[in-house]
Amino acid sequence: MTELHHLTVTAAHAALAAGDLTAVALTEACLARINATEPLIRAFLHLTPETALDAARAADERRRQGRSLGPLDGIPIAIKDVICTNGIPTTAGSRILAGFRPPYNATVIERLLAAGAVLIGKLNCDEFAMGSSTENSAYQITTNPWDRTRVPGGSSGGSAAAVAAGQVPATLGTDTGGSIRQPAALCGISGLKPTYGRVSRYGLIAYGSSLDQIGPMAWTVADLALLMNVIAGHDPRDGTSAPIAPPDYTTALTGDIRGLRIGIPREYFVEGMEPGVEAATRTAIEVLRELGATLVEVSLPHTRYALPTYYIIAPAEASANLARFDGVRYGFRAEGETMWEQIEQTRGQGFGPEVRRRIMLGTYALSAGYYDAYYRRAQQVRTLIKRDFEHVFAEVDVLATPTSPTVAFPIGQKINDPLAMYLSDVCTLPINLAGVPALVVPCGFSEGLPVGLQLIGRPFDEATLLRVGDAYQRATEWHTYRPDLPA
Amino acid sequence: MTEYIATIGLEIHAHVRTLSKMFDGCSTDYAGAPPNTRVSVVSLGLPGALPVLNARAVELAALCGLALGCRINERSIFARKSYPYPDLPKGFQITQYDEPLCSDGAIEIRTAAGEVRRIGIERLHIEEDTGRLIHSPDGSSLIDYNRSGMPLMEIVTRPDIRTPEEARLTFEKIRQILVWIGANSGNLEEGALRCDANVSVRRADSDRFGAKVEIKNINSFRFVERALAYEIERQIRILEAGGVVEQETRGWREDLGRTEGQRSKEYAHDYRYFPEPDIPPLVLSPDWIAARKAELPELPDARRMRLMETYGLSWQDADLLTQERPIADYYEAAVAAVQRPDGAKEVANWVLNEGFRLLKDRGEPPTALIERMPVQRLAALIDLVQRGTITRAVAKQLFEEVFNTGADPEILVAERGLTQISDDDALLAAVRAALADEKAAKAIAEYRKGKTTAIQFLVGMVMRATKGQANAQRVRELLEAELQ
Repeated sequence: MTELHHLTVTAAHAALAAGDLTAVALTEACLARINATEPLIRAFLHLTPETALDAARAADERRRQGRSLGPLDGIPIAIKDVICTNGIPTTAGSRILAGFRPPYNATVIERLLAAGAVLIGKLNCDEFAMGSSTENSAYQITTNPWDRTRVPGGSSGGSAAAVAAGQVPATLGTDTGGSIRQPAALCGISGLKPTYGRVSRYGLIAYGSSLDQIGPMAWTVADLALLMNVIAGHDPRDGTSAPIAPPDYTTALTGDIRGLRIGIPREYFVEGMEPGVEAATRTAIEVLRELGATLVEVSLPHTRYALPTYYIIAPAEASANLARFDGVRYGFRAEGETMWEQIEQTRGQGFGPEVRRRIMLGTYALSAGYYDAYYRRAQQVRTLIKRDFEHVFAEVDVLATPTSPTVAFPIGQKINDPLAMYLSDVCTLPINLAGVPALVVPCGFSEGLPVGLQLIGRPFDEATLLRVGDAYQRATEWHTYRPDLPA
Repeated sequence: MTEYIATIGLEIHAHVRTLSKMFDGCSTDYAGAPPNTRVSVVSLGLPGALPVLNARAVELAALCGLALGCRINERSIFARKSYPYPDLPKGFQITQYDEPLCSDGAIEIRTAAGEVRRIGIERLHIEEDTGRLIHSPDGSSLIDYNRSGMPLMEIVTRPDIRTPEEARLTFEKIRQILVWIGANSGNLEEGALRCDANVSVRRADSDRFGAKVEIKNINSFRFVERALAYEIERQIRILEAGGVVEQETRGWREDLGRTEGQRSKEYAHDYRYFPEPDIPPLVLSPDWIAARKAELPELPDARRMRLMETYGLSWQDADLLTQERPIADYYEAAVAAVQRPDGAKEVANWVLNEGFRLLKDRGEPPTALIERMPVQRLAALIDLVQRGTITRAVAKQLFEEVFNTGADPEILVAERGLTQISDDDALLAAVRAALADEKAAKAIAEYRKGKTTAIQFLVGMVMRATKGQANAQRVRELLEAELQ
């Protein structure tokens, strides 16, 4: 048997179901692996070993009694720290939420717990999910397990690195402009950004409310399907959650993609893309053709406006979403002579530079006299971007594109150049603006670092995306590569 | 002296009477509750909390819109209004901005001079209330979030109001309508209904409107009138002195009897409105709107009109009886129970003269009459009078007793032998006794000199002697016969 910490969710479940493994042994293996690798990776902001072992024991007891809760029962899972966990510190990677313990669970946490998942800890991320390298965390730098001088991507860098390092078989990330997909690509794992409205945002600390989605991250598409079966579905506590019943994603994985029409949007093979990334992506697309899909070149003409559009809408929403952090009720509080001074000091000291930059950007874009030129205009362009996707999806079933123009970049390389950092998400931002789902699967290496293939689907058609990704993984082995860690 | 015209518009904030708050299941039952005990993840605006629109609040607010003559918009959107203040836990208020729930209505008011005025309603939108800051004597500030997230409607009138009286009548009318349809408690003391006023003054010979001054914190009908009267005077004084009225926000200081400028810095906000991404546009189907229209009860103006037409009541009486819906219902139930041709006016007289007088003496609201004088008791009392069993004078005494104790008037009459004395022998004895009394001498003399009204004094003497039980009409006839 593979080393425990290298098991996929699917394999771990099979072993648990067969009685070859206990949830306690699996959880202990994860905790041991975390212990051994955390000094190098620094993916976790908070660990909950005691409650995890309690939960694992309960899962084993259920299984003994024949009352197993399903494929996630007893599976260790870790959570990006922007998702609220009852009584467990939740910081969003920000100093301003230091010490904050939410008095409630996000809906996705409730669902995972109800499915028997073992919550093992909270994962590092860019502060309030703003960033593409996880370097904007107020707490620590997470490294890329494939090359620890490089970033794991972001903002869900902790969620990607933890899986890639074998610390935990699956995690939840969040994706506002590529924050699940880009780190998944850079860490050589699979990740899904579901359709906006597919997974409840209740309990997700908001960044860009009209763009944010929670999604699963794991080695394989089959694992993502298992997680989606638990977290997807309507939630009456989220007014933007779609009242559309999700299908069983596992049964959607037929392995058969013959006749499927796959669009290749020319705008996504951007200038400045690393040749190795492009080569790996094109080779992967060729594999899909060999599996029976028809390739169609398509155009999404408004793609180049996605980045400026995103950097108006997301900061505008963020500027309001982050207004609540004033130190009055919870989290970090600075001292001040007056109430207003205290609030100013709290926000000045509590937020990092990138968060402050986006709050200022968003405040400006919404200000009297600028609203029409910026926010309203951006919403109009957003509609055009959305229509681009509607048009191509009348012709094709799925789009295949690169995920990130580059492989993982060195720590420190882009942190002082916001625009270069923003360009890291040029292939992923349009998807959030359109609200459609997108999947990333590992598709090779460039200069020894992982490359991810992005597959984009019709709204609420994650099933087709997962079917394509799974078929690809049945035909390739990229998802079976593991980084070499000294531990 | 130059004539000036005032232009006034009101903004009324009213709680929508629902069991749960605007955006989650948190209880609205916070009156008297200890601070911060009617709160939730959502009403505290904790990180990760999401608002979900309260469907009942939308229904009630739409009903209010209809009652104010507005159109319900098939599509309306929510917006974030950003301003930093600790009573606003998210740092923004969820409200509606350029696409409100209801638009373009009107109400009618009638001034004391009898002039009927139509006041336009520009819009009605829904939003959430804030928490409350409590300033301690030691200089610290405490926050109570019980009110945070309470469903609120904002009703904005058109600037059709010309006088402080009209402003008060408009505020009263809107309150009457909201309470009438059950959407608001009408309790001004508890802040269930609050009023801001915009007022500007211009010379009668000018078309150019003056600078608009907003007066906040005028939360009683009397204050609205007083604050506006003060403010109009203030603005005229400035103009008379050749000055310029500054556009600003002022607060009404009831204790000082004047408006005061509020530090403009605190109100110079750029609210940075933008559509609330957490709440999809509210789309209401024609069927949904038709259902609200079907729910709308007969409104006070229509009810007053019908009472006048059906029961021959005067405008004033019908108006008093339609101030509140339970009173109007009570009135009509009593008329039906009396079942006599003259019952409608009888009931109106008893309710308005005796009932409301007693309530006023006790400082109780008009609706208290429904408990104190149940329909069946009132009908029985009127029946006793109309059958001639008791005199009006006795009935008045009984009304008060029933009002105070809840006793059955028929039993009281039987127990105490209060039956009207119509027997001529008994009455004649009482009449003769009265005429023999020396106190009657003056009135008798006057009557004989032709002052026929003097007989009223003599009737009164007989009535007193019989403890009100004498048939007053018959007493008069007997007196006239005796004095021939």
